[in-house]
Amino acid sequence: MIVLSQLTKRYGDFTAVDAIDLQIAAGEIFGLLGPNGAGKTTTLRMIAGIIEPDSGSVRIAGNDIVQDPLAARRVLGFVPDRPFVYEKLTGAELLRFTAGLFSLSGPDVESRIEELLGLWELLPWRDQLVESYSHGMRQKLIISSALVHQPDVLVIDEPMVGLDPRSARLLKDLLRSYADGGGTVLLSTHTLELAETVCDRLAVIDHCLVVAGGTMADLRRTASAEDAGLEEVFLRITRGASDAEIDRVLGR
Amino acid sequence: MSAGVFSEMRVLLRPKWLAARRRRSTKGRAGRLLVLVGIGSAAWPLIYLAIVRLLSMLRGIEEIGPLLASRLLGLGLLLFLGILLLSNLIASLSSFFLARDLDAIRAAPVDWLSLYSARLFETTVNSSWMVLLILLPVFAAYGHVYGGGVLFFAVVVAAMIPFLVIPATVGSAVTLLLVRMIPARRSRDMLAITSLVAAALLVLVLRTLRPERLVNPETFRNLVDFLAVLRGPATPWLPSGWGADVVMGSLVGSLDPFHLVLLWSTAAATFVIGAALHYRLYPGCFTRAQEGSDSRLRRHAGWVWFERVLRPLGIQRRELILKDVRVFFRDPTQWSQLIILAVLVVVYVYNMRVLPLQSGAMITRFLITLVVFLNLVLTGFILAAIAARFVFPMLSLEGRTLWLLRSAPVDTSTLLAMKFRIGVVLLTGLALVLSITTGLLLGVPGGLFALNLLAIVGFGSAFTAQALAWGILYPQFESENAAQIPTSLGGLLFMLGALATLGLVTVAQVWSLRGFLVSGLPGREPRTAMAMELWMGAGLTVLLCVVATVIPYRLAAARLSKIGRWSAGG
Repeated sequence: MIVLSQLTKRYGDFTAVDAIDLQIAAGEIFGLLGPNGAGKTTTLRMIAGIIEPDSGSVRIAGNDIVQDPLAARRVLGFVPDRPFVYEKLTGAELLRFTAGLFSLSGPDVESRIEELLGLWELLPWRDQLVESYSHGMRQKLIISSALVHQPDVLVIDEPMVGLDPRSARLLKDLLRSYADGGGTVLLSTHTLELAETVCDRLAVIDHCLVVAGGTMADLRRTASAEDAGLEEVFLRITRGASDAEIDRVLGR
Repeated sequence: MSAGVFSEMRVLLRPKWLAARRRRSTKGRAGRLLVLVGIGSAAWPLIYLAIVRLLSMLRGIEEIGPLLASRLLGLGLLLFLGILLLSNLIASLSSFFLARDLDAIRAAPVDWLSLYSARLFETTVNSSWMVLLILLPVFAAYGHVYGGGVLFFAVVVAAMIPFLVIPATVGSAVTLLLVRMIPARRSRDMLAITSLVAAALLVLVLRTLRPERLVNPETFRNLVDFLAVLRGPATPWLPSGWGADVVMGSLVGSLDPFHLVLLWSTAAATFVIGAALHYRLYPGCFTRAQEGSDSRLRRHAGWVWFERVLRPLGIQRRELILKDVRVFFRDPTQWSQLIILAVLVVVYVYNMRVLPLQSGAMITRFLITLVVFLNLVLTGFILAAIAARFVFPMLSLEGRTLWLLRSAPVDTSTLLAMKFRIGVVLLTGLALVLSITTGLLLGVPGGLFALNLLAIVGFGSAFTAQALAWGILYPQFESENAAQIPTSLGGLLFMLGALATLGLVTVAQVWSLRGFLVSGLPGREPRTAMAMELWMGAGLTVLLCVVATVIPYRLAAARLSKIGRWSAGG
């Protein structure tokens, strides 16, 4: 459903993403992991069509995001890492607007809006301006806006930001059901617990390259850590800070 | 202020300075800088030459020449003082209350005086640089005509520093008081009140000037009265009057240091009062300003009707327009500017009404026709100002939410077309109301009236396209305050471009009708405009307006389609 071929992005002399190849099938939840600045957000923004790659390609449901952007975006739902939305629209208006961008309106959209706001317990705030929403409420609203048109593919950058434990659990269940129903999910996260429990396959990006990929078992083998949890595997692959460095920073 | 305060100020201002420097050095900026230099080098000589010519003419008039030059400078500075005050009111709301870095700064052990001084400095620079750029050729012209030397320019610098600081301190203090007075949760709406204050100030300024008195000398009993009015200071209680006296005094050899001392002492006093108010009130006001509006909005019948009107456009286009209109009317930083513009329009129409065109034999038909063209220029200027306020920021305001549009199946050409439609409807509607009203008041003959209307409709589309083009070439995606976006470099360039269009179309019409115009001079055989002349004027107007619309529109479309190439990723 999502195919990346030699996807590359440069900003001047700096390479943000270097020749990434990935294939994510329908019904799969795929997680992107990596340290800050590794190139995860840039990759997701290229997949969503927000920024254009310098070389390589992104195909969503068979449509190239650069050659045929409208067809590719029609089946896509995107959740950015920072929940910036129109502050002067109400929650319901924002969802109606998003549906309108996908040329949807009418009673079906209205009932879908009710459904989504109800799911996230936002109904009491449906007619409040977004500017009065908390960070977590905005995140729920943006996830709702990505789902309002019932997309085939969901691309989510840091889904857990600002969510309370109940909502976080709801999101995990939602993603699982969505994938079981044939949807494709690509998410980037630093919440390793989410990645470990929800993702079918994972890839670790470091310094703009995919340095490891596969199922949890594949990653353990790559990291030579057969019984370790994802945190340990991740740190071994990305060479996390040593105890000595931590002591130095804390002045011990 | 202690050395510690200066040191902290440096720390607080450094990120702004670095950001400004990096904005200049970013790839692609060199080209824009070239455009700025190009337009600046065209605009400055024009302003300079126009004022040199005017001052040379005035210098030739015995007795009252220097008085008129001084009065002219005083009126100019008074106008700039009003602009600076309004600009500082808006800018200080951003720098003291809305800026995103304030949370971090307020959480750090920063001295209150350092914060006040740094933000005041930032406000002053943000509000004043454009006024300063325009004043530069004005002072150069005065210096040239009256033979001002090094001393003159030293005096100008000495007078202009407090002249810029005073409105900044006053504007910041007024903003602080307004935030305190307005109930919590509504403090962002204070711009509406700010606009009312500014509107009142504008009316006051215009009534102070009473321009109709100067064009109608019959209102003075005799020449002595007229001279007495000219000799007396225009605004003896305002810094603009002191500034004009100091500058002219240094030019004609009668420099009175009293007004210079008055400028500096007033600047110091307003700074001290502003700092004291900041010390007492700022923490509470900042807290109040952070609370969002709690307004609960139901679907109003008006919106349902508006949605129905837009239905033929299709769902996507309808939602894009609805969103823009909703955001506009709910954001006080946007709609509050309407108040000022409404006042501007009312004052303008009123002034047209009181023009003494029908009185006195001195006024020829030539002059009346000239006033018709002056009306065209002024209406065009109002349209350009409105386009700068409402159309120019449209694409910048999408900045932080652009991800939503870019990840949805929306063509950038559709997005641009919708913005263009909103702009054209807004500008053309207003333009027609203005032109028809003033045209009827002036009694413009039919052919000329049609030509004027054609030009004004052309300006509606040309200014919209240009505002969108400059808006996407110089986007202000990170701006927290819509009212501040037009005060950017791109806003200035748009205004210069729009004024150039306005000038070209007016010149083309005047050139086409030159035979008819000259026939209105005393001693000539008066005649009506010939069809050929009118058609030529219409043809040139259409040609110029189409070019001034199509080129910028295409530029905006090309730039917008490339937005994915240059927007930074995370």
